[in-house]
Amino acid sequence: MEERQIVIIGGGPAGLSAAVAAKNAGADDILIIERDERLGGILNQCIHNGFGLHTFKEELTGPEYAKRYINQVIDFGIDYLLNTMVVDIDDKRQVTYMNREEGLVTIKADAVILAMGCRERPRGALNIPGYRPAGIYTAGTAQRLVNMEGYMPGRKVVILGSGDIGLIMARRMTLEGAEVKVVAEIMPFSGGLKRNIVQCLDDFDIPLKLNHTVVDIRGRERVEGVTIAEVDENRKPIPGTEEDYDCDTLLLSVGLIPENELSEKIGVPLDPVTHGPIVNETFETKVSGVFACGNVLHVHDLVDFVSEEAAKAGENAVAFVKANYYEPNRQQIDILAGEGVGYTVPQTIAQNIDEPLKVRFRVRGIYQGKAVSVYFDNERIQHKKKRIIAPGQMEEVLIKPEELNAHASIKQIKVVIEDA
Amino acid sequence: MKDIVIIGAGVSGTCIARELSRYAAHICVLEKGDDVASGTSKANSGVIHSGFDAKPGTLMAELNVEGNKLMWERAKELNFPVKQNGALVVCTDPDERDHLDVLLDQAYKNGVPGVRILERDEVLKMEPNLTDKTVAALYAPTGGVISPFGLAIAMGENANVNGVDFQFETEVTNIYPIEGGYHLDTNKGPIETKAIINAAGVYADVFHNMVSEKKIHITARKGEYLLFDKAIGHIFTASVFPLPGKMGKGILTAPTIDGNLYVGPTANDVDDKEGVNTTQEILDLLVDKAETAHLCKIKLPLNRIITSFSGLRAHEDHHEFIVEEVADAPNFFDAAGIESPGLTSSPAIGVRMAKIVSKKMELKEKDNFISTRKGITHFRDLSEEEKQAKIAENPAYGQIICRCEMITEGEILDAIHRPLGARSMDAIKRRTRAGMGRCQAGFCTPKTMEILAREWGVPMTSITKKGGKSKMLVGYTKEI
Repeated sequence: MEERQIVIIGGGPAGLSAAVAAKNAGADDILIIERDERLGGILNQCIHNGFGLHTFKEELTGPEYAKRYINQVIDFGIDYLLNTMVVDIDDKRQVTYMNREEGLVTIKADAVILAMGCRERPRGALNIPGYRPAGIYTAGTAQRLVNMEGYMPGRKVVILGSGDIGLIMARRMTLEGAEVKVVAEIMPFSGGLKRNIVQCLDDFDIPLKLNHTVVDIRGRERVEGVTIAEVDENRKPIPGTEEDYDCDTLLLSVGLIPENELSEKIGVPLDPVTHGPIVNETFETKVSGVFACGNVLHVHDLVDFVSEEAAKAGENAVAFVKANYYEPNRQQIDILAGEGVGYTVPQTIAQNIDEPLKVRFRVRGIYQGKAVSVYFDNERIQHKKKRIIAPGQMEEVLIKPEELNAHASIKQIKVVIEDA
Repeated sequence: MKDIVIIGAGVSGTCIARELSRYAAHICVLEKGDDVASGTSKANSGVIHSGFDAKPGTLMAELNVEGNKLMWERAKELNFPVKQNGALVVCTDPDERDHLDVLLDQAYKNGVPGVRILERDEVLKMEPNLTDKTVAALYAPTGGVISPFGLAIAMGENANVNGVDFQFETEVTNIYPIEGGYHLDTNKGPIETKAIINAAGVYADVFHNMVSEKKIHITARKGEYLLFDKAIGHIFTASVFPLPGKMGKGILTAPTIDGNLYVGPTANDVDDKEGVNTTQEILDLLVDKAETAHLCKIKLPLNRIITSFSGLRAHEDHHEFIVEEVADAPNFFDAAGIESPGLTSSPAIGVRMAKIVSKKMELKEKDNFISTRKGITHFRDLSEEEKQAKIAENPAYGQIICRCEMITEGEILDAIHRPLGARSMDAIKRRTRAGMGRCQAGFCTPKTMEILAREWGVPMTSITKKGGKSKMLVGYTKEI
């Protein structure tokens, strides 16, 4: 069986950044396995700009952002396989992949980096009643058809869900001459970025109806219309609030789910909130030598943060391979999501970290004038007032080595939203 | 003039076509949809019923038990998947315990093999996830699961190979008798035939009533379902039924042939024979069943629901199958009122109808009838060595198109180039399962469309979801 030092599953932004960072950290045997026909992942269909403000201090389109990493991968001579699907993997880090040329191949990796990204939640998961005609697409599928293949999935569009891809597609479809009639969001707030609501909806006079959902889909062959209704605080439709919209297309932007089928095959425990692996401060999962980063770990708001996180995972994977430094029984402290916080990543941290650790999290609702606090057991260590925090935006706190050193025997760290 | 026109390419129509293809006759199947099993047959529980539920002495009971026996034979001959997982009717109320004895008695009378009542401990040993309220259960070992379209595709392909012509997207609009047969008007033009077999599902009454004064009436009885991810498909091995009620066999919690779990069907009569929409009220009811652990001891996780769907039963007023020549319309044969256990009975319906028709029309058996078929090779079911060999032989099997169900390009190409090859997205899905997984075709849609367009030599913009006006795309960008 062929042995490789670092095998990265997924050649999207996370996989590319992890590969480049691993190379920079001294790895000389890296293999990226990508299922699509080109590197870059979902960035290839994100032809709008706004990528790279943090990483490159300039505004790039998705393909441009991807290109910067792809160029490095090529310049470094990092190996990659395209049109290749990983079909199996186990906790001994034996990876089986498949493609046209080689058939099924099993290789052994010293370290594996999971970077499979995420998928969109489909209609079925929402249980929307009505017919099942053509013309119902997830926003990302529509984005691929429009931006990469040059086809129009529809001309009169209703969008359910205000995730970022849905917002971006509202603008994209409008620019392509389609009429986007309304964006309905079942929650009292949008899950997308504020800037996208302004630039993709407000600038084009597309109404965003919060607390609304689709309660019926009409049309037996092709979508002919949908009915939207207001929902109560339990997200149940309120009778009498129904409004009919004539349309030929319903786009869904109702959430992203990390693609962890392979992680489950390894036996990596998943976080019930993020649906991604539980990781420590090195982005290592609970299975030794298996790391995770990017949207397979938790769904990010900005690709810049994916790259940053994936680079850490790449470096840590190299450190693991080189020194086997991670001792499985090393004391880990749980990082908990407290009041108002949905989850944290990483979920655990070692007592003796060498450098400050960014703990990323999302809040459960919109908070104004509240503070983000960090507790070490019952002692408040950090307390920072925030003007506004919303679920659409990832937040972070920085845990410093000296803070941990000063609290030698703490049991848990908790991130909470509380009064300022 | 054709010898025989079969209206409808559902499980009844395809099974009849297959059995009649043993005879030398010019047979044509007219189907309104763009594929076999695209109407009444499409959406149901996919259960092979053992036959204890049907009323003794009825044609329904006879054909159910016969159909169950035949199904396993046909599955071998025609290479379509079936699984004998057994059926359990679970009694959860000590006061209703005697209903199980009624079913057991029916099972004896109907000649269903191996049926017995299991006491609580025994049945819980068999199905540890059954509800704690379980009192006892009726166990029918010959119960099974099947894909309804798998059956219709196998029968249809085999009939086609044996010379039966299939005309899809062909809707019959009128029928009247002519000298020596019948005239049919269709959206594709007129057709003349010596005989007609009416296997039109929920529309069987419409065609029957065009030629007969003895009217029949078929009600579309809607059943809605929730389908769950394979991740929880192992909760039950057997198909688990509640005690039956007035409207049917009740709401099951059961695995599909592919290992998903479903909760359903409901039963509501609807006026619209095309009314396959799901409704908020019923979906809420099913969600409630899932949440209250219907028939099982664990709540079903709602985040594992991958889709909901509904189908229509062709309920005849007397709840009985009609498989016969219409008394006042010579050479017009009905296969009507084929509701549950119609799927199970369909192989027997095919045999019975072929016997009636061949006798009446004095058809001669061919000596070149091909009785077997090679099914679609599902790549993921192959052994490691077989997979390697398959890719070596045809590299398209090395390319995954549907990542949730691990369906390869090779399988999609096979689905397109087989007899009655797939032309639409749903037809691909029914043959390969591409798009049936947890992402519900999010990723594979553009790729499958590309393959369809390439193989049929048509533009992407003409690809449909299920024929007719169900176009996937409305045009190109930059057109406005």
